[in-house]
Amino acid sequence: MDRIADIWGPRTPHARGTVWPARVDRHLQEGVAEEDVERWVRSACVLCSNGCGCEIAVRDGRMVGVRGVATDVVNHGRLGPKGLYGSWDWANSPDRLTRPLVRENGRLVETDWDTAMARIAEVSRRLLDEKGPLSHGFYTTGQLFLEEYYTLAVIGKAGLGTPHMDGNTRLCTATSAAAFKESFGTDGQPGSYTDIEHCDAIFLFGHNMPETQTVLWARVLDRTRADDPPKVVCVDPRRTKVAEEAERTGGVHLAPRVGTNMALMNGLTRELFANGRVDTAWVERHTLGVDDLRATVEPYTPEETARICGVDAEDVRRAARIFGESERVLSTVLQGFYQSHQATAAAVAVHNLHLLRGMIGRPGAGVLQMNGQPTAQNTRECGADGDLPGFRNWSNPAHVRELAELWNVDEMTIPHWAPPTHAMQIFRYAEQGSIGLLWISATNPAVSMPESARVRRILGGEQCFVVVQDLFLTETARLADVVLPAAGWGEKSGCFTNVNRTVHLSEKAVEPPGEARSDLDIFLMYADAMDFRDRDGAPLIKWRTPEEAFDAWRECSRGRPCDYSGLSYDKLRGPTGIPWPCTDEHPEGVDRLYGDGVFNTDPELCETYGHDLLTGGTVTPTEYRAKGPAGRAFLKGAPYVPPHEEASEEYPLLFTTGRTVYHFHTRTKTGRSRNLNDAAPDVWVELSVPDARRLGIAEGDRVRVESPRGAMEARARVGQVMEGAVFAPFHYGHWDLDEVVPEDFSRQANELTMTIWDPVSKQPYFKTAACRVVRVADGDGPAPAPTTTASRPVDPSVPPTRGGPGASTVAEVVDGFVPSYPNDPALPSGDTGHIAEVSAPGRS
Amino acid sequence: MPHLATYVGLLHHSERSLAEALRTVGEGHAAEADVYHVCDTLAKMSEEHVRRLEPIVRRYGEQRHGDDVEEPERLYADGPGEIRKGPVGLLRDLQDLYVLATLVQTTWTAVGQAAQGVRDRELLELAQASETETGRQLSWLTTRLKAAAPQALIVAP
Ligand code: SF4
Repeated sequence: MDRIADIWGPRTPHARGTVWPARVDRHLQEGVAEEDVERWVRSACVLCSNGCGCEIAVRDGRMVGVRGVATDVVNHGRLGPKGLYGSWDWANSPDRLTRPLVRENGRLVETDWDTAMARIAEVSRRLLDEKGPLSHGFYTTGQLFLEEYYTLAVIGKAGLGTPHMDGNTRLCTATSAAAFKESFGTDGQPGSYTDIEHCDAIFLFGHNMPETQTVLWARVLDRTRADDPPKVVCVDPRRTKVAEEAERTGGVHLAPRVGTNMALMNGLTRELFANGRVDTAWVERHTLGVDDLRATVEPYTPEETARICGVDAEDVRRAARIFGESERVLSTVLQGFYQSHQATAAAVAVHNLHLLRGMIGRPGAGVLQMNGQPTAQNTRECGADGDLPGFRNWSNPAHVRELAELWNVDEMTIPHWAPPTHAMQIFRYAEQGSIGLLWISATNPAVSMPESARVRRILGGEQCFVVVQDLFLTETARLADVVLPAAGWGEKSGCFTNVNRTVHLSEKAVEPPGEARSDLDIFLMYADAMDFRDRDGAPLIKWRTPEEAFDAWRECSRGRPCDYSGLSYDKLRGPTGIPWPCTDEHPEGVDRLYGDGVFNTDPELCETYGHDLLTGGTVTPTEYRAKGPAGRAFLKGAPYVPPHEEASEEYPLLFTTGRTVYHFHTRTKTGRSRNLNDAAPDVWVELSVPDARRLGIAEGDRVRVESPRGAMEARARVGQVMEGAVFAPFHYGHWDLDEVVPEDFSRQANELTMTIWDPVSKQPYFKTAACRVVRVADGDGPAPAPTTTASRPVDPSVPPTRGGPGASTVAEVVDGFVPSYPNDPALPSGDTGHIAEVSAPGRS
Repeated sequence: MPHLATYVGLLHHSERSLAEALRTVGEGHAAEADVYHVCDTLAKMSEEHVRRLEPIVRRYGEQRHGDDVEEPERLYADGPGEIRKGPVGLLRDLQDLYVLATLVQTTWTAVGQAAQGVRDRELLELAQASETETGRQLSWLTTRLKAAAPQALIVAP
């Protein structure tokens, strides 16, 4: 079966409330038969936030394939195209980094580890002496393992004492975390994937799930293609596969104008109030702020919403009616909200809808604020981004004291005088030279950050010493002063946690190439070189192996919402991943949070005291305590305000960017998979039919897109985007081109995007920029965009996207096998380790 | 009520100064993208207060009978004329904004009290709504100041 052409694989439809059937997907390298595989090593896929349980095929010391794990709660054996084709073959690529590099006379030259690390330690020590710890910044990723993040967090926060640590998760998932904190008191996904099996409506807010999390979409399709499908509601400016499914199931496709999500959310919320769809008793008991919210949304009548958003007023009413009349609604949210104007406020508004209906914490009534990156959840939990480990509150002295005791350091060492510095600010400090050492691990900001030309200038400048640790010489690594070769997935062991809190252990299958080392070993090496000590003079980092690091983390998480204390490597070697909190009380983990209607808003428990959603101004501890939340969730609203850059005469169109199915991150791995790369080998630009006609642009023509900040060139796809909007995928850098592209010929979508971020989550906006499009030259064929996805062409003569040789895979439906998952709600309650699905008191 | 009229005038003037000052600081520190954009949001709040105050100012102005109610110049506060440069400059400019915003806030408090006394519902409602919004302006200024201070005072060149 060609899974490039058939992205989601064969259907296994099933009725509501029954277990999602198992189907095992497998792909082996061309010429390798199943019997040639020497070992299957347990892991989970690290190419999107779904985290599908899988096994790595090993032969002759190399990874040669992958297959899904039928008993895993996340995927029931399935894998998507990225997992099948992109998981492992990058590892055998001839251009892997195998030795450290240092910059000599402007050029990167090979060296040994001692030399490279000595150079870093020397700069680090000098900066510490001259300027102190605030001269150090760390920019990490959403792709390392939990053990590595935790180690990095301890080095940064207790060894150096710098608040300047963040992950590229800031670009993709920060809003999800921020929204949870604002509504529920702490980070932590309330819902579960098993809600898909129980819901009678699914709302996807700015979430192109068919392309970003393909296996999860297969799970949705297996419900919508059964006899009792849930209604799908799609909020997206493009006619995605979700929009098609909305049509099929009698739902709605709302395509709001780019930058107007908040107005739409206010319109939907107002409809619930106006039509008496609020569960007043539940709201009274379990929430705070309903009156303010009602007043805030009052002006957003369906007509006013329609006017602002460019949607149909009747569609707003219909969508709200579906939400209001369904018993069990599952909502999912992703980049269409997170990377867009008023991101946190809009994501919080989704929580509001659920809280107003008392639809949280029971089967089918859930919220999934998605992640873009696979291990983003761990960056957040472990404190390698702008948080303290274990969802601790930087402005709560008791929380800081706990960490100081755990690490045996002076409380004053741990920076907590202000919120930890977010990525965009870290880069600004690096630009100004007040951060003199910037250490980037496993991410590629030269391609992924907004206004890429500016980022290249910052990284390439003399004012800041840049360390990059990665698998390949990425666009970012080329600008570094020291490059460290890292081991990747399958070449090291460690745990990671997917969107819905499910923890997997990924075990080392093969040796890394050359002198490459695991990220954990690299961080430990730095800690040794710097000789970080605790208060008693003992080494600060007391672990050497991943398992020891995991055990240290377990202690750090104990008693916090993300409690890992019941987990161990041994336990994770069992049949399935396990969702936290996992404790003595819940040895098989917990499927969904807040079933009792008690939220983590107690002042001693919460992770933040909250913010003003419009400005990001913080609520003081005193103000927070005065509200007396006592476990109630917050209903928080905000008015719609127009986006920072609107269409004008000079730039009449709105530019929006996104991820597409065959790519992940900046294509460092997926671009090296022949099958994935061939399916979408180059960037493209999507235009609507009327805009293309007006501009005289035909399918495949070469166009130039310009914003006030920069330009890109690409071939045009005349496709499914709404009129007035222009879409480009944001993955394409220049590592796979023969020559470095000149700046005015860039194919990076982020040349155009603005340096601007959400005031609460500090997530940059990639979906609000004005642009103009000009035709540059005739095309010599269709755009290099896939036909299988939201980027399909209007022109029916474009040949369909197919996999090439070596794309064949197997998908075996496991007939008659009903898997038994400890947390599957289809099990009768009271079964082994099953968390009781208690209805909150007073809930209808 | 000559002094209430004076204070309404003071409000009108200082909200306008605050709006202007927010714009000046935002544009002057445009390289700090968040400062630029949030200052714009905050300036719009003050501009809206000014707009809603206008009919009230006219109303109180008419009651002043013109004789002895000269608005004393020294009541007025002016915004930062020129923008300071660099991280420490930003810190100082934020402090200036803060001082100006507290003047606005306490003036709203005073006017709100008087509005109760004279049972001026329109003014009272405006005073309450505006005071809340000035609180949001102050809270952002403090938040941003706290975030900027360590780097500016310890490490900035
Ligand atoms: S859905 Fe995500 S985690 Fe699962 S196989 Fe595909 S890329 Fe991997």
